[in-house]
Formats: sequence, C-alpha cells, structure tokens
Amino acid sequence: LGLAMYASGLCAVSGAAFLYHDYCVIGAGPAGLQAAYFLQRAGRDYIVFERSHAPGSFFALYPRHRKLISINKQYTGKSNSEFNLRHDWNSLLSHDRRLLFRRYSRDFFPNADTMVRYLEDFASLLKLRVQYNTAIIHVTLEKNEQAWNGHYFLLTDQDRKNYKCSSLLVAAGTWVPNVVNFPGSEYVEGYETVSINPEDFTGQTVLILGRGNSAFETAENILGVTNFIHMVSRSRVRLSWATHYVGDLRAINNGLLDTYQLKSLDGLLEGDLEDLAIVKDKKGKLHITLRFYLENRNISAGIDSITLPQDELDNFATRAPYDRVIRCLGWKFDFSIYNRSLRMMPGKGNIKKYPQIKPSYESRGTRGLFVLGTASHSVDFRKSAGGFIHGFRYTTRAVHRLLENRHHGVPWPSTVYPITQLTNSIIKRVNEASGLYQMFSVLADIILLRENATAFEYLEEYPVGVLAELEMQTGRKARNGLFVIIMEYGRNFSGADKDVFYYNRAVGEAQHAWQSNFLHPVIYYYKHLPTEREMRLRPPDWPLPRPNAIHHIVEDFLTDWTAPNAHILPLRRFLENCLGTDLRNFFAESCFLFAFTHQKLPPSCQQGYVRMQGLLGSQELRQHAVQAGLLQDYTHTDLSGDRPPDSHHGSQEHLMRDHGIPLRPLQHLVNAKDE
Amino acid sequence: MPAQKDRWVSSLVFLLFSIPLCGSASLQQEPSPQHYFSGLEAGKASLAFFSPSVSPGAQPFLEHIESSAEALQDYGVSVVKVNCPKEDVSRYCGKENALRKAFLFRGHRLIREFPTDALFDGNSIVANVLFALLFNEVKYVETLADLENIENVLKGKSNMVFAYVPATGTAEHRAVMEAAFVYGTIHQFVLTTEAALLKATSPDDPDVSSAWLLFCHCQQVTEPAQACRKTALAQPLTLLNIHRHLKLMGAPLVTEVAEDPEKISTVHLQLGLPLVFILSQKETYEADRRTAEFVAWQLLGKAGVALLSRDLVELNVLQRSNVALKTPDEGMPIQYLVLEDTDEVITLVEDKNKVKPIQEDEQEGEEEDEDQQENNNQDIQDDQVVEAVSRDKKRELPLEQILVLTEENFHSSLPEAARTVVLFYASWEAVSLAVLRSYSEVAAHLQGTPGLLLSRVNCWDWPGLCSQENVTQFPTLRVYQQGQQPVTYGGMWGAEELSSFILLSQVPCPLKLATMAEAEGYLRGEFPAELPSHHHPSLLGVFSSATSKAREAFEEAGNILSGHVRMGMYFEDDALALSQKYSVSPPALLLARSGGRSVEGIALSKHNVQDMLQMIRYELLDIFPEITVPNLPQYLQLGKPFLILFSAGDISQVESEEMLKLAKGRPQQTFVVCWLNLKKTPVGYGILRTHFSTTPPLPLLLWVNLHAGGQVFKFPSKQPITEVNILLWLEKLQAGLEIPSSTLSEEDWTPPLPAYDFLQMMEPELSPQPGHSPAQQPPRSPGGAPAGGDSGTREEPSQEGTAAEGGVPGRGLRGTAPRMAARDKHGRRHGEL
Repeated sequence: LGLAMYASGLCAVSGAAFLYHDYCVIGAGPAGLQAAYFLQRAGRDYIVFERSHAPGSFFALYPRHRKLISINKQYTGKSNSEFNLRHDWNSLLSHDRRLLFRRYSRDFFPNADTMVRYLEDFASLLKLRVQYNTAIIHVTLEKNEQAWNGHYFLLTDQDRKNYKCSSLLVAAGTWVPNVVNFPGSEYVEGYETVSINPEDFTGQTVLILGRGNSAFETAENILGVTNFIHMVSRSRVRLSWATHYVGDLRAINNGLLDTYQLKSLDGLLEGDLEDLAIVKDKKGKLHITLRFYLENRNISAGIDSITLPQDELDNFATRAPYDRVIRCLGWKFDFSIYNRSLRMMPGKGNIKKYPQIKPSYESRGTRGLFVLGTASHSVDFRKSAGGFIHGFRYTTRAVHRLLENRHHGVPWPSTVYPITQLTNSIIKRVNEASGLYQMFSVLADIILLRENATAFEYLEEYPVGVLAELEMQTGRKARNGLFVIIMEYGRNFSGADKDVFYYNRAVGEAQHAWQSNFLHPVIYYYKHLPTEREMRLRPPDWPLPRPNAIHHIVEDFLTDWTAPNAHILPLRRFLENCLGTDLRNFFAESCFLFAFTHQKLPPSCQQGYVRMQGLLGSQELRQHAVQAGLLQDYTHTDLSGDRPPDSHHGSQEHLMRDHGIPLRPLQHLVNAKDE
Repeated sequence: MPAQKDRWVSSLVFLLFSIPLCGSASLQQEPSPQHYFSGLEAGKASLAFFSPSVSPGAQPFLEHIESSAEALQDYGVSVVKVNCPKEDVSRYCGKENALRKAFLFRGHRLIREFPTDALFDGNSIVANVLFALLFNEVKYVETLADLENIENVLKGKSNMVFAYVPATGTAEHRAVMEAAFVYGTIHQFVLTTEAALLKATSPDDPDVSSAWLLFCHCQQVTEPAQACRKTALAQPLTLLNIHRHLKLMGAPLVTEVAEDPEKISTVHLQLGLPLVFILSQKETYEADRRTAEFVAWQLLGKAGVALLSRDLVELNVLQRSNVALKTPDEGMPIQYLVLEDTDEVITLVEDKNKVKPIQEDEQEGEEEDEDQQENNNQDIQDDQVVEAVSRDKKRELPLEQILVLTEENFHSSLPEAARTVVLFYASWEAVSLAVLRSYSEVAAHLQGTPGLLLSRVNCWDWPGLCSQENVTQFPTLRVYQQGQQPVTYGGMWGAEELSSFILLSQVPCPLKLATMAEAEGYLRGEFPAELPSHHHPSLLGVFSSATSKAREAFEEAGNILSGHVRMGMYFEDDALALSQKYSVSPPALLLARSGGRSVEGIALSKHNVQDMLQMIRYELLDIFPEITVPNLPQYLQLGKPFLILFSAGDISQVESEEMLKLAKGRPQQTFVVCWLNLKKTPVGYGILRTHFSTTPPLPLLLWVNLHAGGQVFKFPSKQPITEVNILLWLEKLQAGLEIPSSTLSEEDWTPPLPAYDFLQMMEPELSPQPGHSPAQQPPRSPGGAPAGGDSGTREEPSQEGTAAEGGVPGRGLRGTAPRMAARDKHGRRHGEL
C-alpha cells in the first residue's frame, strides 16, 4: 500500500517533478560529448548527465600510470584533415579546428590528464549542455502511446530528481572493475587502487592477474625493481599487432614479454582464475594453490594444514611465494541502474561485460535506448575500433544520423553525382575517409544507384550490420542496386597465433587483390538490397552476404590507392561490368567522332561533352593519347589525299568500338614497368 | 607427294629389315614327326600341325596357314606341316583332337597349342602366334586396376603402349603384335579386349568396335602421383600407323635448330608431317622453350616442333614473326607468321588455311592483328585521358602563375584581387589534371591582366575547404568577385574557352550601357575596351523604362550566362530610337555578329527567365555554322538532323552561298545546315572513314539523322551542290526513295573489358548459393568486335593458374618482351622491399 501511495504521489506532481528533454545522454565522457555535439549541431533538445564535476571522469583516474595508448600523430606528410584523423586516435569530431588533440599534446602516447583537459575544452568551447554532479541511479520506462518509441525514459539522480526523455543515449562506458572471487581473493589488490610508485615494489615478487593492457602496464611500471613478476590469465596473450585489434596487448606495454622470452625471471602463465586460491603464510607471503585443495578443509587451521600443489608436484610453476598479487582484469558495464523493464542484458561469452545491442547500437531490450562509446563495443569486440575514441566517434555520428531520420524526418545525408563520378567518388573516399578506415568492416559507404545507372547517391559510414534495413533507417531508396564500400583485413591474416610477418605477406598485383592481407578497400555489388535473412545466413567471417560481384583494391604499402593502373583501372573495370557500361573518360574530339558515328554516346561524352563540358585537352595530352594508340590523329595521315580502299573500315570500326584498345601493347608493358 | 611416298617405303623397309630373318622356305613340306622334332633348334620357334595324310576338314585352315607362313617366317617362326604316319600313336599324331590343333614350339618346348578354329585366317594366325611368343613383352590386362598397376611400375622407367582391340586374332591385333615384336623391348605393350577399359581411357564416348591405341609417356614421370601423359593414335590401327606413331613419340619433343630452317629435316618431315618453328631469341629463350614444349605436347603426333634461335640464324623475315611453318611438301617455302596464341599454332597445323601468312606490308599486317588481339589485357590502360595524363606526369607544369590556395589562406586571399579564379581539382584525378594543364596555358595567356588572380585548390589536400565551397565534382572552376556570388564555369574544358570565360566575366553581365554612343560602340565590339569581342556576338537588350519585367528577366538570364555570352543592356530614354534603327521596338534584343557588321533586331515577347535563356541561346546559334569540336554540342541540343558539308578546307563561295540560301530559306528549319572544315577539324576524316571506309571525293554533303534512326545519306557527288538540287534530294530522301549509305552504330557502350572475377576466385571459401549467378560475365556487345569475350574470361587467373604460371608453359605466344615484363611483375610484393 505504501508503495502505491508513493507512486500516486509522484504522479500527482509529475508535471513539475519531471524535467523533460527529447534526448538524455548518460555520461560526459568522449562518447557522451560526441553525441552532445551532434545533437547540438542539429538543434535538438538534449541534456548530458555526468556524475562527476567535470567530463571524462574515467580518464581522471585511468589509466593509473597515465599514459594513453592511443596514438597522437603530429605529422603524416599530408594536410588532408580527414585523412589525418586516421592517425589521430584521440580527437573527437567537430567543426572546430582548435579541438584537434595534436594541439593539446606533442606526445605520441599522450598523458591521460591531457585527455581530461581536452574533454573539458570540448564541452565548454562547443557550449555543450552538460549537467555535472548528476549521477543517474535509476532508469525506468513510462508507457505512453504518444512517445516516440511508445514509452518515455524516466531517470532518477542521486538527489531523487527526476528527468523524462524520449530517447536515451547511454554513454556511461564500462567502469565497474571486474573482480574474481576465490579463496584468498581478499589478499588481492585491485588495479584501481594499487600503488603506482615503483619504489613500493622494490625487491618484491609480484603476481598479476590478467593479461590485458592494464596488467602489462602495471608490470611495465615495476619491471625494473621487482624480483620477478608472474602473470596469470585464462587465455594466451593476444598481441595487437598480430590480431590487428587495438584493445589487445600493445607493443608499448609488452616489456615483460621480452624479459620472459629472454629468460629473465619474469613469466607468463595460463590458467583459469576461478580455480585459483591464495593462502597467506605467517610471514605474510602469498602462496598460490588450487581451489580444490581447499575444499573440505578448515582454512583457519593455518597454512601448514593446507596442501599446496608443489607438495604433490614439486615443479609446480607458481610454487614460489609472492609478496603481492594484483588484479588487472578490466571493467564492465554498470547494469545495476536499469529497471528490469528495460531488459538491459549482458552479452554472452566474451562480450558479457557489455550490454546486448543491435548492430544499429539500439538496445535489444528497449526501443529508443541507444548505447554509445565503449559500452557499445559488443558490435565489433576484438574486431574493429568501436570500443575506442577513434572508432566510436564515427559510430556515434552514425547513431545520430539514424535518430535524425527516425525522429525528425531528416534522411541520411547523401550527395547525388552523375555516374561518371562513380570511380572518383570511391577513390576519394577510400583514400581519405577516416570512419571507413577506423571502423573497418563495421561502417561502410553505400552507393545507391539511380534508375538506368546514370546517377548515384553516396551515403557515408552506414553501419553495415543493418544493411537490410537501409531504406527504413536512412530514408533513402535502394531500388536499382547498390555498392557497399568497406575496408577489410585479409581473412585468416589476423589472430593471436598468426605470424603476421611471413614472407610474401603482401600482394602487389591487382589481379591477386582478393588475397590482400593488410587493410584494403573492398566493394560489394548487390543488384538488390540484401534481406535480413541473407544477412543472417552470410558466410562465416564475412561482414556481408554473398554479393553479385565483389572487388578488392589491392593492399597498398602507403595506403594510397590512387595509382591509375593498379588501383583505379581495375576498380573502373569492376564498376563497368556491374553496370554494363563504359566509364572511360574521352576527350571532346572522341566524343565528336562518336556523335557522328554512334547513336548512343558513352556516359563521359553524354554527361560531359554533350552538356558543353567536354574535355578539349591540351596539345601535349592529345599527342600522348595518340602515341598510346588511344586516340587517332587525322591531321597528318589524311591531308596527303585519298588512301587506297584498304581494310580501314574494319579497323576503324574496331577503333570506334574499343576505342581504348592500345595499338602497341609492348610499349604499354614497358611503360608499366618503368612506372 | 612422290617424295613422301618414298620416305614411307624406305621407313617400312627399314622396319622389315630390322626384323631378324631366318629360313628361306615358306612352308616346310611335310616332314615326319621324328624328322620334325629332331630338326628343332633350341631358341627357335616353330608352328607345327600334325596331319594324317590328308584330312579334308583341315583344308581351309591349311590354306591360311600357308598364307601366313611367310609373314611368320619374317618373325623367325617356321611353319611346318607334319605328316603323321597312319600307325603313329604318339602324342601329336595319335589323338584325334590333337589333329585339330596347331602347336607352337620354341626349341623343343611346347609353348602353346591352338585350336584350329582360333586360327581362322592369316591375321589371327600371326596375331595369336606372336601373342604367345611375346607373352612377356605384351601384358594382357582385364581391369583398370591392372592397367594402373603397370602404369605405376613403369613411371620413371619406360613408356607404355596401351592397345584396345575388340577381339583377338583381328587385323588390328596382328598390327599391335607385330609392332610389339619390334618395339617390345623399348616400350611396355599392354593389350586388352575389355570395352570397359577402353571407356576408362578414352576421353569421349568411344566406339567399342574399333581398336584404339595410346602411347603413355611414363618414362619422364617423376612423381608417383602424377599421371602419364597419353597420346592417342588418331589413325586406324595398322602396322604402318603404329610404327609411325611410335617413331613420332620417340622423337625429341622439341628440336633445337641453329641452322637454316630450309635445310632442316626431321623425322616429322620424313613422315609427312609439318614442322613448326618457334622463333626464339636469347633474352626469351626460357619462355620460348616452355612455349615450344607446350605447343609440342598439343601437336604430338600431328606435327613436329623446333626451336629456332634467331640469334644464331640470320633470318630475312620480320622482326615480329614468332612462328614459322615448314610443310613436308617439297618446294613449298617456309611460312613466317605472327601469332598471338598457342591455339593459333594448333589451328594452323590442323587447318593451314585459317591463318593467312603475314603480308609484306608491315603496316597493314599490324592493323590486321591488332584487331584480333588484346581483348584480355585488363591491366592495360584503355582510358585515353588517364593514359595521356600519366604519360605526361613527368613534365613539370608551368604553374608559377597560379596561386596555391589552402584552407588557411583561402578566405584571406580572395579579397586581395578584384576577381579570383579558383580551380578545384584532385591531384590524383586524371580529368582534373588534364584541365590543370589547360589552366596553366590560360595563366600564361592572361598573365598581367589587372585585377585578376588565378589560383587552385587541391581537394585531395583540403577536402574540408572543397566541401565547404560545395565542390562535389572534380574539376570545378569558379570566379569569385567581391560582393557577388561566385560564378561556376559550365563550358568546355579548353584553354581558349577558359580564357574567354575569365575575360568575359570581368564585366558585369549584362553590362549596363549609359549612353547611345556606348551602346553603338558595344554593338561594334569596341566598348568596353577590356572586353574582347572577336569570337563573340554581342547581345544588347534594349528596354524602355516601362518594360521592367522583361528587363529583370534579361538581367537574370545575364547572371546565368555570365562568362559565356557578351551581354549588354540599354534602357535610357532614347532606347526607342536605338531599337528603331534596327526596326524593332523595345523590349528587344539587338544581336551583332562579326564586329557589328550585321545587327539583327529581335522583338522580346516572352518575359520569363527560362524562355529568355532559351531564346538567347537559340539566337546565338549561327544559321550556317562551321561545326567544330567545341561548338557541336550547342547544335546537338536542337535535336534535329544535320545537313553537313564536309570540305577539305574553306568552302567555296558558291557552295557557301547555296547552303546559306538553303539555310535562310526556311526560318524554322527542321534540320541543321552546317559545314565542317577538315583542315580545322581533322577528326572529320574519322567520321568519313567510318561511313565510307575511305575518304570520298570532297566536298561531300551528308544528311545525318543524328537523333532518329541514325541513317547517313550521301548527296550524289556528281550533282553540283545547289539549293535546288539539295531540296530535290531532300524530298526524295524524305519520301524514302534514297538508300542510306551508312547508319550510325547502334551499339551500346558496354564495358570494354571484363573485370577480375574475384568472386569466383574466392568461391572455394564460399558455399555457392543457388539463385545467384556464379560469375560476372561482361555482356557481349551486339556485333562488331567482342567486348572482352570468352578469351578474357577464360584467361581469368585462378588460384592454381597463377601459382603454376611460372612453370607451366603459358598459352600466350604474344611477343616475348611483354612476357618478360609480366614475369618481372609477377611476384612483385612490397613486403620484399
């Protein structure tokens, strides 16, 4: 009864008690601020709740040793700002060029304090609406037919203040430390509190639980002063340069691997932490044993009564006692604040630290609830960069675009081009686009063909997992076929146990491009938008279902895919064959000839020359084309008078048909070699 | 042919002489058993039959055996008829059934007894006797497993001759046995009568009633898993054919030749087969050797293959020739050819008429084979613009006059000049770079023009700036003027056109003229001084101040046509006076061509912008224009047929007048009357050649239905070009009484070449799904040259194909340098750096 009273009381004052916003964002970390930026630019009614007094509270504490492992490249040799974002892993997206991280730090691996400062600036310079010191402690739903999603989100903060929103963007990160419970786990120190002063470890023997970057970062810090360090984890160490996943162990932290493999006392062990037990002896040393030795025993009887593994197996690896055991097991999402009606469920298996979401970043349990930032990493865990700033800044933008279409009738931004620009628009994007590059295999550019393939519409960075829903999610029509442009590593190239330095790992020839191993653009062609069923039944390891045709642009050492013969030419042939047309460029003179000899003109003439935008070309260029056998020079040969009625007709016809057929293949090959 | 026959005979004689001969009598006459047995020599074979005096039933058999005696004697088998005395009851004479048999002895040992009904004729006798004698040399198999076992044992040791005969005792059987007698020590002979084995070894559905012989090249097989190559005997199984076949199989696969090919004679030529020479040179020896071997395998049994080194033999033939053919016919010269594919060599041998020998005139030959080749060079650039630009990329462009703008200085630079021209381009994009070249010419041309700044923005460096300026296509050229909307260029990308645009956009469009004198000067092209007029007609809008609506529309149209058209406007009080000079009243347009020598007055009836635009554009068109590459699109837009006069230079006065009469005669012409100066627009020759295969006598008048049907009609060249004649001709033409000389090609612009079919290459990784086309096939163009075609798809490299490319002789015979280049290219991986 009391409960009912309480509820009705709230209702009575509901008009005043709930502060309403269209969008509520939980967390003013990088993802929350990024979302706020897009909402602000779109002029939306939003608010960001931050439990701390400043943005980026996670970075205020972590990483404990203060060195960010996201790269901050000062120089790339290029001025292309979009391209440079490929090598800037810390900046958020904005129109304000002051807010580039390289203006905040010159360090390749910057200090975490800089990140905090950067986020503060980002929020204040852009005047983002952030409500600090507001910890959302409870989220529930209120059914309402009028609401965007059939319900409102009701949020309660630590002061019992209530907020009501139509759409909830959860950018709270994963901040609850993972702990393991085993006998003796009370002796374990946590990464979040352990001393970061190396002197506190002088002459000690240390056991670290975990094998991620925090574990190795901790080890790295004390490597020089300890007797030895052992690390235990369930599975083998995964090196990011072998897995191509930035969340795996980065080379900057792997000093311990060096000393282990060079037999300098430090070591790495695999074992299930759940089976572990720790007992403390009288001297305060910590002994590792196994849980089953402790079962049915009275621990209080003292260490002497406990069997240690080395009693039975005298070469047991961790038989030496430790001075300290440190837990560095990472973090998980805080599920506790969500009412059961929101059905915020943890993922299965290795993504249980993240809430379950769809590839559109919408919660599987609640419509209108989107998860952004690190917490959204279940979509591409151990694959792409969605759990990191340089990845989720793009997925956040994608979510914003989905919301703009869903709630405000603003279709996904797109540009319409004539078909002659098809090759160019792809080449431009694969060479500079950062979102495609960072969020490889997750975000894709989509080209929607218009009727008769005379024009196309270009959509950037769409979440490829919801390709089947494209029309509904973007408000664009895909009736005449589409291309999907995505970046991929070679299948079977990445992996913890893979040798990524094997000889001949890189493909050099365009015709073998499908075997490329390093990140390279792949273009899928579909005559029809794949259905959800086709998406589900796609081949294992494929980001997309079987296309009608596929093209790989051969991997490039410089990630510069602008070579006319190796990159652009095969792409053009692919596009031509998908569309059944001829996408070559022609000089005005050729178009002139075609106009009087053909009833139809190639697209380049049709969309350029005929519209009075033909390419006349300089004298030198036309001369080169003549030398290449791609253009006929009539000036000299024909003024001399009539030629005998030889086989010209046939050859001419051929020239017209395949105007590009080179007359001297030899010369071409030699040329190609020179280049 | 006689010479050939001689060779035949001589080789047969050789065969026969190589057989050990013994005995001289044909059939030894009727000794007694004792006599017979005592006369048997160790190691010598003899076939005996025992006969009690004369039994009538054995008579036909006797005839056969007598006929075969001579043949058997050639193989060292004596045939003896033994007379059994009546009282003889010994083993051979005593038993009734023994008398129905023949006995084969080697020395005193009985090897085999034959029922006389197995020896039904000479062939069966010889076949069976030899079969028995060659028991070790000729293996009889019944199952495929047996055959494979033998094959496996032989691998790396010796070759195998496998023969299927429908039955033993046949002529074919005899031929095989006779051959085995000679070659049995060299090759392993295997015989079967099992039709199932025939089916297992023969490629297509074989006829079980005819014999079949395979030569299995097992000797050179090194890997046990590798199968022996097999060459079937294509001719009927006769001793001669088998002998010839084995001789050919025994000959070296490829003969190396370092002397005059006319003097060469090989076993192939001797046996009446042609000899193919692969012309080689030092640099490409390895590749040529592989090609030769590949061809030799294809032609095994049909022709010989020799590798002729051009470095060692001085040949008086084209450098491009890569194949020569020598026929066995005496007196026939060697043919030298340029072939593209090994298939062609094979076709050449199989049907010599198919490939024409190369013509002496290299020029023509070149065009000839250019037609056939090159449809699978997917990796060769066929975009004329891209190729031209990449060939030009090493040349440094004179771009000093063109200011480089960046994100940093763009907005600060614009106000510095009265007008800033900006070319937005991408440094990797071919069309942009082509335009940049023309732009550099413009810069040189316009250097020193006051108040003008030429600049460029590389959108590959500054994508933010380009998208901010709403540049979505490369190249884009804009003129930025202070306080005005930038004007985007929409004309031809040529230096002259760009210069003209930049200059024309110097003055406002339309230019407001203040006095009558200015207006008159404007029409003459003299005012304003900075505005060039030589190429442009001047358009002057004359308005009384009352007609402001028309004036607004005119001004609007002027904004749109800015830079493309010279436009002025005059609306002072004496506007009426001005317009009446040209017999119109305001609102009106005055159109002055060729420096004001002719001024045309046009009344303005429509007052909305679109109509005004359309009208201005239409009025600016010439009535009898000279068609050029840059101006054709303006006339194409009219959507009318063309009556076009092709002239080798300027047209004559007479023709010009007649044509002009024709054009002027009908104000609302349903066709475009124009002419083309071939000297100025030489590509016109291309048009003529396409339609007439050669350049017809000039001047030439054509009617071209550009937009409907595409028929091309040629005005009779004998008739003088006069208005009357043309009109008559046009009437006939319209009435369908004329036959078109040619038609514009209806072909679609399909992909010039196929793409790499990566999907198919990745196929092993994918389980194929029904309902999807497995491979991407380029559409075939209707008629004409194939758009890529089969050879392209066939040549698609598969995974195995590329892996084996180095070792397996390639199919391509094309030149040697390309292949060397290709080989260098192959396996070039940047990891090796």
